[in-house]
Amino acid sequence: METNFTPLMSLAGGVLIGLAAVLLMATLGRIMGATGVLTGVVMPYRPSDWSWRAAVLAGMVSAPVLAVLFTGFRPEIAVPVTPLMLVVGGLLVGVGVTFGAGCTSGHGVCGTARLSPRSLVATGVFMAATFVTVFVVRHLVGV
Amino acid sequence: MRLILGYLIGVIFGIGILVSGMANPAKVLNFFDIAGAWDPSLAFVMGGALGVTFLGYRLVLKRASPLTDVKFHLPTKTDIDARLVAGSATFGVGWGIAGFCPGGALPALGTGNPSVMIFVAALVVGIWIATWAQRRLPVAA
Repeated sequence: METNFTPLMSLAGGVLIGLAAVLLMATLGRIMGATGVLTGVVMPYRPSDWSWRAAVLAGMVSAPVLAVLFTGFRPEIAVPVTPLMLVVGGLLVGVGVTFGAGCTSGHGVCGTARLSPRSLVATGVFMAATFVTVFVVRHLVGV
Repeated sequence: MRLILGYLIGVIFGIGILVSGMANPAKVLNFFDIAGAWDPSLAFVMGGALGVTFLGYRLVLKRASPLTDVKFHLPTKTDIDARLVAGSATFGVGWGIAGFCPGGALPALGTGNPSVMIFVAALVVGIWIATWAQRRLPVAA
């Protein structure tokens, strides 16, 4: 499935993601990681950490609702994979980000911006693994 | 106050994800498909997010503390162990199969798209399984 190259929209979105990361550090002193936010909500171990994470998660989930209400913007979500691939992929992502202690936002953006050696290694490894997996799935298996 | 700030920051992050294309698996997978229908847009997402965070963190972390807490909560682990590498590799394989990463999928939940719900349900089960397994593994693994 072809997609359009959108450098300006993608750059603007990236700037907002970075802005959220900086604001969360400036106000609550926390790393803006989707894995940490979700894990803190579905695996609450300290009530004080649960509430702010639940608030961030609620903000994320309400973003598309607010976007469509105020601007009419509806993001395109095209899923070129089967439901089975979503389930298998979701399980692997869940296991991987738990053992790897982070994902694209936590390691890829926040950790890389701090030049954390763990995050630089994690980001290099998951980006490489994703490139290889997409090549295998699309060009060797042919889904 | 902390909860209002958290909510607003979540909204900013979510809008950023939706505008950037990170919530669209077709676009994400095409970024990784250099041998096929390559779409380099996501490099611009990473560039924008990293540039702002790199500069912003330098300003923010010079301060003694964040606005609403007594200290910054920065990760303290420094060891590059098998768990970090194997976990990150597993994440990458899953991302390449499904096309969603956690940060891309969570804001997309609010669209009510059924594919996103399937992915996030599996993601949560994966987190539960791994958290359970981690507690049973020796620390040095």
